[in-house]
Amino acid sequence: MDWHWLIGRMDLSYLPHEPVTMGAAIGMPLTLVAIAAALTYFKKWGYLWREWITTVDAKRIGIMYGSVAIIMLARGVFDALMIRSQTALGGPGGSQLFSTDTYQQVFTSHGVIMIFFVAMGLMFALFNIAVPLMIGTRDVAFPFLNAVSFWLFFAGMILVNGSLIFGGFSIGGWLGYPPLTELQYSPGPGVDYWIWSLQIAGIGSLLSGVNFFVTILKHRAPGMTFMRMPIFVWSVLVTTVLIMIAFPMLTASLALLSLDRLMGMHFFTSMGGGNPMMYINLIWAWGHPEVYILVMPAFGIFSEVVATFSRKKLFGYKTMVIALVAIMFFSFVVWQHHFFTMGAGGDVNAFFGIMTMIIAIPTGVKLFNWLFTMYRGRISFASPMVWFMCFAVTFTIGGVTGVLMAVPAIDFQVHNTLFLVAHFHNVIIGGVVFGYLAAITYWFPKMFGFRLHEGLGKAAAYFWQVGFLLAFMPLYALGLMGAVRRVDNYSDPSWIPFFIVSAVGVVVVGAGIACQLLQIAYSIWKRKELRASGDPWDGRTLEWSVPSPAPFYNYAIIPKVSRIDEWWYQKQEGVKTPKDSDYKDIVLPKNTSFGFVIGMTAFVFSGALIWHIWWLVILSFIAVVTMIIMRTMDDFTEYTIPAAEVMKMDKEARA
Amino acid sequence: MKKYRAVVLVACTTIALVTLGYLLVRNAHFDVLQPAGAVAKSERTLLISAFSIMMLVVIPVFIMLVTFAWKYRAGNDKKVDYRPEWSEHKLLEAAWWGIPILIILILGTTAWITAHTLDPYRKLDSKTAPVNVQVVALEWKWLFIYPDLGVASVNELPVPVNTPIHFTISADAPMSAFWVPALGTQIYAMNGMSSQLNLIADHTGTFPGYNTNINGNGYAKMRFNVYAKSDKDFSSWVASARKSPNMMDEQALQKISQPGTMNETAYMLMDNNLYDKVIMKYMKGTMSDKDSASTSTQHDMSNMEGM
Repeated sequence: MDWHWLIGRMDLSYLPHEPVTMGAAIGMPLTLVAIAAALTYFKKWGYLWREWITTVDAKRIGIMYGSVAIIMLARGVFDALMIRSQTALGGPGGSQLFSTDTYQQVFTSHGVIMIFFVAMGLMFALFNIAVPLMIGTRDVAFPFLNAVSFWLFFAGMILVNGSLIFGGFSIGGWLGYPPLTELQYSPGPGVDYWIWSLQIAGIGSLLSGVNFFVTILKHRAPGMTFMRMPIFVWSVLVTTVLIMIAFPMLTASLALLSLDRLMGMHFFTSMGGGNPMMYINLIWAWGHPEVYILVMPAFGIFSEVVATFSRKKLFGYKTMVIALVAIMFFSFVVWQHHFFTMGAGGDVNAFFGIMTMIIAIPTGVKLFNWLFTMYRGRISFASPMVWFMCFAVTFTIGGVTGVLMAVPAIDFQVHNTLFLVAHFHNVIIGGVVFGYLAAITYWFPKMFGFRLHEGLGKAAAYFWQVGFLLAFMPLYALGLMGAVRRVDNYSDPSWIPFFIVSAVGVVVVGAGIACQLLQIAYSIWKRKELRASGDPWDGRTLEWSVPSPAPFYNYAIIPKVSRIDEWWYQKQEGVKTPKDSDYKDIVLPKNTSFGFVIGMTAFVFSGALIWHIWWLVILSFIAVVTMIIMRTMDDFTEYTIPAAEVMKMDKEARA
Repeated sequence: MKKYRAVVLVACTTIALVTLGYLLVRNAHFDVLQPAGAVAKSERTLLISAFSIMMLVVIPVFIMLVTFAWKYRAGNDKKVDYRPEWSEHKLLEAAWWGIPILIILILGTTAWITAHTLDPYRKLDSKTAPVNVQVVALEWKWLFIYPDLGVASVNELPVPVNTPIHFTISADAPMSAFWVPALGTQIYAMNGMSSQLNLIADHTGTFPGYNTNINGNGYAKMRFNVYAKSDKDFSSWVASARKSPNMMDEQALQKISQPGTMNETAYMLMDNNLYDKVIMKYMKGTMSDKDSASTSTQHDMSNMEGM
């Protein structure tokens, strides 16, 4: 009996064979079973379903994004530890901890997880948590779409991790250049896992981009003109523009690649008239804006953090805005610098090199503005400010090596070496990660009503910074010695100590993450002592005017804005207690299970495509479309809280 | 002492890290910074000067960062200026748009000039006639063909010293890249295309070469050695390769094209059109004859734009 019409190309031979992957393949399902058992034992399934899975509250969706991202951060760092352990042992006469095939899958999944499921996850967490509160609105423009975005992100996350258990992942690196990722060289399901996890998560990101763009355009509190928005909101606005323009390019390039793989087409194959160079152009036309998508919100965060903790108005608000918009434009005309060594010729290389350098100008201006916000301030070094200090040093070094590589003739000697690896970790860890970690500490009390423990937070920053230097400074040196990225063995014995120090660096970063997990656990335990008022940092922007944790309706009364840093000046003038007549009825979106179910069906759809189970592909696709239509037919998606009840809740929260 | 605790911690950590860095770097050899060829030397000089120019801004920034953080800290006992509303200053803002613009102007000009002078397709200035080498990236070894000398080799690349080497580079494997850090400039090796590269070795020696673009399981092992030899030694290598029992023709190529790694081997070249055949393999039935005739010169055209 031939079962392949039913199960596609699934086969027991796709189960993992090596100890390290078998461990993960057994460990992950066991963890899930343990969690399910705990939920059953404590009778929390109903709570989980009602309060979280079906929620459309941006704050809760933000917390879910953040939780997934932090778990994925742990996995990504574990991948890094595997990579650097393998290279530490990879010298002449050394041994292998696991096979080269596994090694190549691990660095591919490390890149994918860190960019798509950690950095993007934390970014959307912060958008959801902070943006509606900062612009004085009750929710995002499309709350249901927001839930769909999250569950698509979640589905992509399961696909990446699921590949560990069954089928394996791509070996092609995080951007999977063809022809290596074409059928000819990678016939297995690994590349399809990679394509569909990015595809599904990417569509979620695009929808979120639209959502926050509209939210910022249409839902600002009365009086909040563009030039009165907090810089973080500005950074989110330009980021969403980048998302809306860039992500369709990712979707298109991955779709073309999967047409090659599923239907034998020849967009990017080396035979049959395909052109892999076209893919490389397309994917980087998305890929370069993508790094600015990640880093601009971090710039926004530090603008809030530095002003708040220096107790001073942000220096050069207008130049900050101009710089953000300038970076937004230039980020679309630099993509070719990722392949100066493709032989495009001097004119093309020089053009893209110079465009790349120009981005350093507005970025440098921002750094000066932060410095002069500190100047004549009164700086308290709470842990978000400590993260800023680490960022200012680390990101600047990363910027310098970035400008170096923007000179084509220098790039000829460092491209695709460990120097490049060190550079982009330098800007992504030093810029994006430090920024987002600062933001978590900063906005945590607003979400949960208590602060995170300061000592453990500073210890975490210390370990991250030292671990970063140990892990990546040796890689700069190795790159200049001729060490290429993505190798797990080498013939020069003098490289061994550098790789060992780098591996130690990963362990130190791991200690930083351990401090953070401990910090969260300890802070929950001591939450009474760490209880935070509505305004624990003596903040400047509107989110600090509501009680902590922020109520589900955000604002009992929508605030009126007449200047930048509205809340700071309201505090100086004396905050007025609202009159009873100020309270109005509130309309809020109802919870819905459609977001979750659509996300999970999209997961089934992707899984069916990966395994070539055609009947299920058709069935799940019809199901997704049907559910979207059903949801749009539903006219009763909102409910009203009467003014009297709003007043009662608000007075209790402020008491 | 509590207020100095952070400062002491940062200072001690910095000293420890710098010491560790010194111990690591002390005996290391940096192919990129200690090059053996004119191209790599120019690129090294460029790297160091661009880095130095940027330090002109970076060092003052770091000094300001530390000074401001120290001077304006909340617990500072000395009375320092606190101006919570001071947030605009035309002259200062003009200065830090101006300074980076000036630096990028210098670096941009340098980038423009060197993108052309160090263009991999540009022939090197030398009185000596160049040696032509055709490079084919295979899964997972390098084939070097010396069409004018009637020899070929796998994973070993003997070259005469002080003589320009003109490489034409292609692949019969997923996209790969050819790089000899001691000599300079890497370039991609792609199916059905012919990239060009011009390098020169200034002194004799053995220099490692690498593939820098992942092309499958044996990628890390796709290493080779450049042997820069005196003219006499090079000639005798060519003579011995010509007498080698190993013949390089289509059949032999097919055999070594199977995925796997290989040791250094020298061959007598039996087929002068081998390189073109590798390229044409990817042209079959894909384009009209007119198109395919121009394909292998696609890169020469972009080179002409660059001259």
